[in-house]
Amino acid sequence: MEQRGGRGRPHRTAVLAAAVVILFFASVLLGSYTVTIPDFFTIVFNHLTGGVKIPGASFIVMENKLPRAVIGTLIGIAFGLAGALFQTMLRNPLASPDVIGISSGASAAAVVAIVVFGASGAAVSGAALAGALAVAALIYAISSGGKLRGTRRGNAAGNRLVLAGVGIAAALQAVVSFLMSRADIRTAADTLVWLNGSLNSATWDRAGVLLLALAALVPAAGVVAAPLRILELGDDAAAGLGVRVNRARLALVVTAVSLAAVATAAAGPVSFVAFLAGPIARRLTGTASLPASAFVGALIVLAADYVAANLAPLLLDGTVLPVGVITGALGAPFLLWLLVTANRKEA
Amino acid sequence: MAVLEARNLTLKYHQRSVVDGLSVRIPEGKVTMIVGANACGKSTLLRGLTRLLKPAAGAVALDGRDIRTRPARELARSLGLLPQHPTAPDGITVRDLVGRGRYPHQGFFRSWTGKDDAAVQRALEATGTLELAGRDVDELSGGQRQRVWIAMALAQETEVLLLDEPTTFLDLAHQVEVLDLVTDLNRTRGTTVAIVLHDLNLAARYADNVIAMKDGAVAAMGVPEDVVTEELVREVFGLESRVMPDPVSGTPLIIPIGRHHATANELEPVS
Repeated sequence: MEQRGGRGRPHRTAVLAAAVVILFFASVLLGSYTVTIPDFFTIVFNHLTGGVKIPGASFIVMENKLPRAVIGTLIGIAFGLAGALFQTMLRNPLASPDVIGISSGASAAAVVAIVVFGASGAAVSGAALAGALAVAALIYAISSGGKLRGTRRGNAAGNRLVLAGVGIAAALQAVVSFLMSRADIRTAADTLVWLNGSLNSATWDRAGVLLLALAALVPAAGVVAAPLRILELGDDAAAGLGVRVNRARLALVVTAVSLAAVATAAAGPVSFVAFLAGPIARRLTGTASLPASAFVGALIVLAADYVAANLAPLLLDGTVLPVGVITGALGAPFLLWLLVTANRKEA
Repeated sequence: MAVLEARNLTLKYHQRSVVDGLSVRIPEGKVTMIVGANACGKSTLLRGLTRLLKPAAGAVALDGRDIRTRPARELARSLGLLPQHPTAPDGITVRDLVGRGRYPHQGFFRSWTGKDDAAVQRALEATGTLELAGRDVDELSGGQRQRVWIAMALAQETEVLLLDEPTTFLDLAHQVEVLDLVTDLNRTRGTTVAIVLHDLNLAARYADNVIAMKDGAVAAMGVPEDVVTEELVREVFGLESRVMPDPVSGTPLIIPIGRHHATANELEPVS
């Protein structure tokens, strides 16, 4: 499906991929506990073959730093893809799953599971997934109903969807706040870390589940995204070019929601990653292509987690921040910058 | 062979019939203009003739086969549609946009080839947009942009092409340019063209065949000289007018009367 004459710059996407690899190893090797490259390979090799462990270092790398970096990279890819799929499909940079309430659905369901049912582990992830899909179905039903059905749909439908999502997100936020105020203090503390989006409790089990999910969802994203560049031309034009518009859109929504949901289930709703990845990828490579957005998503999470886990403790007397606090702090100014530069371009 | 035909077609929005039991045949290799007052169902008919709107009753057939039974992409290789308000993605170049017209010719296992390049090149040349090929679509004027969209529809290389008000928002010179372009396409490639058009004079000038619609039904159909008459304009548009031969083309030229000029008109009757 590649086409000549596009403005994407493939070599810049390759640079992004290389940057992900470099940042991945930097986050494993550097930081408050530094590991040399030969030690790293010894540790991994011995871990796999059951050889001698390096005291301390083996544990920190294998049980903390490595799963943390793996999950960080994977959720970054998942959020980046989910955001770019939604933003391109709805032709609206605000329409990322974290803004339109899909992440809130996952959070609310997870909090209900933890606080009301005392769930933990896989049950919480399952609840998050179900919550995200339920909210997506609700938003889809609300925004595709009404007078727009059967007539021209385009930005109007996108805007309706964003508004419906923002409304649902606010309602779910109220549910979460209510439950948090009723929960006992220990449960509430656990839940809060999860709500901010955190890699602090990264484990290999979680990484494995996430890897399996992405092994199915990333190729699926590649397949369902094929008609995306035609849907961009508007529903009528896309139908004229032989796209089954409703079917194609449903496949895109299900894939994007699943990506956001499995990532949220693994590490909580790391805020703004899905929202930021696409626009940043567009600035860097000229187009918000899916691979570029995925790599930018991974870069954001890895960089933010490095700050949260290694730099923040230096300033905050050893407190390791949830990664979502850093991405949230980055996301808001970026949103404003996006608005300011967009206005300047139009003027 | 490419005959597009509607049989007892009923099209509804929200249970309300917009087109009711309409049968019409778009003549092969001709330019057909669909005219009528606002909300007479002409754009709806065009949507029904493609797969944009599912018929509540009746069917549309291309070469005798119901268009709803055919795979969407296969249909899009024979039947093209340029809608009224397509959207150009941000920052897309002219060549890239025109290239998207090749989508129905590609498949999961069939990627971009020299054949697609050649089709895009032909479309750019035919529409005079070759020199714009590297430009951003956002930067173009309204007339240039419309030519680019037509180029995209041409790159689709269909036997039948439907256009929904392709001259809206264009000044008169660009309206004529767009219709000349569509006529070129019909003459050189033999493409069957059907256009929904507001401007009755231009429709009469460029049509081989006129379909006049009123209240979701065909009021008259045939060559412009037979169809476009003072009686028809009165019936279809509710407008008093004079119709005389166009001094340039000899096709019917409609001169609206209106309330303020009725007296003057009576004083100087046009023979």
